[in-house]
Amino acid sequence: MHAKDYIGFSILIGMVLVMPHLVGNDYYVGVLVFAAFNCLACIGLCLLMGYAGQISLGHGAFIAIGAYASGLLTTKMGWSPWTAMAAGAFLAMAIAFIVGIPTLRLKGHYLAMATLGFASIVHIVAVAAVDLTGGPAGVLGIPRIGLFGFSLDSDIQYYYFAWTAVVIGLYLAFNIIDSRIGRGLRAIHGSEDAASAAGVNTSVYKIQVFALSAVYASVSGSLYAYYVNYIDPGPFDVMHSILLVTMVAVGGLRHLWGAVIGALLLSLLPEMLSFAAAPLQAIGIEYKPDYDIIVYGTILLLIMLFLPEGLFAGLAAGCKSAWNLFKKILKGRPFVRE
Amino acid sequence: MYGNNQILKLEKLRKVFGGVVALDDLSFEVGTETITSVIGPNGAGKTTVFNLLSGYLQPTKGAMIYKDRSLQGEKPYKIASLGIGRTFQNVQIFPDMTVLENVMVGRHLRSRTGMLFSALIPSFLRPEEKRIREDAVRCLAFVGLEHAADTPAGSLPLGNQRMLEIARAMAIEPDLLLLDEPASGLNSRETIAMGELINRIREKRVTVMLVEHDMELVMEISDRVAVMNFGRLIAEGTPREVQENQEVISAYLGE
Ligand SMILES: Nc1ncnc2c1ncn2[C@@H]1O[C@H](COP(=O)(O)OP(=O)(O)OP(=O)(O)O)[C@@H](O)[C@H]1O
Ligand SMILES: [Mg+2]
Repeated sequence: MHAKDYIGFSILIGMVLVMPHLVGNDYYVGVLVFAAFNCLACIGLCLLMGYAGQISLGHGAFIAIGAYASGLLTTKMGWSPWTAMAAGAFLAMAIAFIVGIPTLRLKGHYLAMATLGFASIVHIVAVAAVDLTGGPAGVLGIPRIGLFGFSLDSDIQYYYFAWTAVVIGLYLAFNIIDSRIGRGLRAIHGSEDAASAAGVNTSVYKIQVFALSAVYASVSGSLYAYYVNYIDPGPFDVMHSILLVTMVAVGGLRHLWGAVIGALLLSLLPEMLSFAAAPLQAIGIEYKPDYDIIVYGTILLLIMLFLPEGLFAGLAAGCKSAWNLFKKILKGRPFVRE
Repeated sequence: MYGNNQILKLEKLRKVFGGVVALDDLSFEVGTETITSVIGPNGAGKTTVFNLLSGYLQPTKGAMIYKDRSLQGEKPYKIASLGIGRTFQNVQIFPDMTVLENVMVGRHLRSRTGMLFSALIPSFLRPEEKRIREDAVRCLAFVGLEHAADTPAGSLPLGNQRMLEIARAMAIEPDLLLLDEPASGLNSRETIAMGELINRIREKRVTVMLVEHDMELVMEISDRVAVMNFGRLIAEGTPREVQENQEVISAYLGE
């Protein structure tokens, strides 16, 4: 982690602290809680996509595993929410090894195919295995998670809790990137042959980082289950997995901050669009939430065309040129090329 | 010491790609702490030898004995851990990482920290991280690239990228270093610097196996030269012996 990243952390923590006061309404605090779940899953996905260069089209399934493990173990077995969350994470990790070991030993994008298939299976099980998962009716009465004896009953308490989890998850991810393991992963992305010539066991690392990203997703799913207290298969379809990939791609694969920005932006987008619905109605256009998907597609397309490195890299480049312009203005000659 | 001071022995090594016989019962030995060059016309099978030795390909038949131990079936990362480093004919660097980070990857095998410890402790509090950095700086200085430590590796000119590859390979502290055409694409000044670098590598008691088309360089720095044509060894000896060998002359002129 570099000095700039510590600045990034300060900004993030500052924003987390002031946001609730700015939005000032429980509904929007709730929206920000959901954004935190997406952020957490996207941080893990970014480790996999941006740093190890592998794509998972089934991360929604790991979120489902966390959510269902938490939901079922707390309601049916009476486990504590923390233990259930740990069990879910462990299960997600084990399944990631099972899916990852045969696919990640091969070069190429076999993982994308395998995870896509896996996500459909998990969704089908969630819908059809009524005895286990409750089927379409889902699991009811999931308790809230508590922290050191405090319950996190209000939205605002849960908001701080969820975003603390994001900050911790981000911190751990940054530390991994900035270690021999992280360098090994980035090396695989650069040249798999050269990485192995340098002694990096490429297939083991790819499998490990896939398992780690599954744990991030699973924890995010558990936190979701403890927040909404009710889960059904609906949110865990394959579209959600694709949305997560879109978030990371929009923010920028190559950097963890990109994942955070992409997840935040696309989580808040439906709300922004519903704001836009009223003025659109006034000019005679009826905006339906169904159109969101078109807006997502358009955004992804525009980003891929004009900012292929993602929003974060675009923002960073923008800030850099603004700063250079500012320096030139200070010197009193803004329009002179150096 | 391993038998007869031969760090590496190839015994009847054969590699067939579909119908193409790339290596045809190739046998020769590499003496410890020598510079042994492998030369031959394009397509002779030189790179294939390196790819077999470093585990990227498996031989169809035959044996590769390194320090009295077979390399058969070992993966590239395992072979690196046995002390065999290599560079690539088409330079393979990590373009998005800095020059220093590229070399730090080479310290991978000489460091231990696992995923969990790395995640919990920030890098500036990990003593190992500092050591990796210092070792990498030393390897960079060895090839004379320390001034470029913080530039992205992808923006280096080709000559420096080849130097960087060698620095990274030296970072694993190899006993045997395989260099695949390190001077190709270099100008004459850079080629001279490359020759000096290879000599300094040998002074560090690293055995060098060199594949190279620049004959002046090969004849000047090699202790032994092996000549291949169509996957076979056609001559082996000192640079002088090889230069006077009739079969070698006709193989090169007959092209
Ligand atoms: N992975 C592969 N698949 C199929 N054929 C291959 C493969 N690698 C090498 N060959 C073939 O094996 C033969 C030897 O190739 P190799 O790359 O070892 O030659 P070389 O001596 O390194 O040549 P150059 O001097 O051009 O680098 C060639 O006919 C080549 O086409
Ligand atoms: Mg070659």
